Amino acid sequence: MTKNRFLSKLFLYIVLLFLYIPIFVLIVFSFNESKSRANFTGFSLKWYSKLLHNEAILTSLLNTVIIALAAALLATVLGTAAAIGINNMKKVSKTVVMNITYIPVVNPEIIMGVSLMLLFKGMQGIINFQFGFVTLILSHIAFDVPYVIYNVLPKLRQMNPSLVEAARDLGCNERQAFFKVVIPEIMPGVFSGFLMSLTYSIDDFVISYFTSGSSVETLPITIYSMTRRKVSPEINAVSTIIFLAIIAVLIIKNYLENRSLRKSRDESLAVKNA
Amino acid sequence: MKSKLIALPYIIWMCVFTIIPLGLVVFFALTTENNEFTLSNLTAMNDYMDVLFRSVGFAVIATIICLVVGFPVALFISRMPKIKQSTMLMIVLLPMWINFLLRTYAWMTILEENGLINRFLGLFGIGPLNLMNNSGAVILGMVYNYLPFMILPIYSVMTKINESVVEAAQDLGCSSVNVLRKITIPLSMPGITTGIISVFVPSVSTFIISRMLGGGTNDLIGDIIESQFLGNSYNPHLGSAMALVLIVLVLLIMSIFNQTSGEEAIV
Repeated sequence: MTKNRFLSKLFLYIVLLFLYIPIFVLIVFSFNESKSRANFTGFSLKWYSKLLHNEAILTSLLNTVIIALAAALLATVLGTAAAIGINNMKKVSKTVVMNITYIPVVNPEIIMGVSLMLLFKGMQGIINFQFGFVTLILSHIAFDVPYVIYNVLPKLRQMNPSLVEAARDLGCNERQAFFKVVIPEIMPGVFSGFLMSLTYSIDDFVISYFTSGSSVETLPITIYSMTRRKVSPEINAVSTIIFLAIIAVLIIKNYLENRSLRKSRDESLAVKNA
Repeated sequence: MKSKLIALPYIIWMCVFTIIPLGLVVFFALTTENNEFTLSNLTAMNDYMDVLFRSVGFAVIATIICLVVGFPVALFISRMPKIKQSTMLMIVLLPMWINFLLRTYAWMTILEENGLINRFLGLFGIGPLNLMNNSGAVILGMVYNYLPFMILPIYSVMTKINESVVEAAQDLGCSSVNVLRKITIPLSMPGITTGIISVFVPSVSTFIISRMLGGGTNDLIGDIIESQFLGNSYNPHLGSAMALVLIVLVLLIMSIFNQTSGEEAIV
């Protein structure tokens, strides 16, 4: 049994090694003095300073943030409203809508990119617009909305329907009941839908690649064009910064979750003792 | 709020941005430049059969490797103490947060002709070996990028398996191999099928991994589609026909693994 446990631990660590070695290599070589991807010649921060002066990367970073924020916000509003409506639907129409909502989630990204590109090309025949921010934001909303719906719907289902009735009995009109009872109840789902949308938007390459046209670049598109060039050590610096940022976010998230967990536990203890 | 009307904007949105675009793919696939009906785009797929088979083959191999590696990983994690589980899961999923372009680029650094592995082997006078620009490198890229997609669903199903079922089997004389075969694997089947779909679909449709690690000689269906829409051989009609074939392929796989109820499949 102990031998078994040892072997499974060993296996797990080998898999983790496999997952982390490439990232580790990127980070180490981001501090490399020379351009080489194989020879570590000495410690230097020059790729980071080059990065700070790289106009293309900074612009595309800004574009990414603008597009992701806009798309995630709009998707959250659209998706939350949709979830509330879907929750009130009859079984058949609910199933139909949910199945169509599922399409962007399972559809291969390239299919979604290509089909949206065809849509925008077709629209250009009717209204005059350029590929760029508008097409990017629209297509990001398209793949974001399902995640908002999937996050909000369970919260709606868990909600006790008598809560709204109670609010109405106590003199709330429908509007007040909605904003004072329903929205606070589903807020955690709305928020996690928003965060999920944000991360998917920031990370997306394939769909943006097909719908961006040639004028606007997001960060992943810039990274892609950098990988097409043979040697570009700035990529290593970008990866390192992104990796550290992600770890920081996850640690903060973990800390906040633990704190709220502890807080709610303390509160329930206090209630019990009182 | 008993009104369904609040979902109306989304229903319109869904029609415009999900249904119509897919309809356009079908329309383009079945028409010529002059909007006349034709099947020639689909029959032209005959010339690309080798690419299609290669895509499916690579994706199948990558999926099998992910399953063989990912299942034990999910099992070990699910048997850890509860507190360790969430940390370990975070560690496994952390690389996923880095853009897949960067992760794939990292493998270029490692595998290329004067990359790290060849330098290391060079110390012993071996090589340089040709590690990149072959089918193995593309499959490696798929496994590396999509392995967590296999681990996560299997793990989350495994944590829901009632431990007393396993204990009962052990009490009734099941060996640990039999527990795995008769209890754990059948009960984690929903996670396994979700995992298979989540690895197969992005693998079969990728075009970046094959381009970065395959070196142009291992083009997959995704590369061919991309070149019809953005590349040199601009022909959205042929590209749509290919996209349609890919859609059918994905639907086929999904119906085989009988994964139609969407909601549970999401993380």
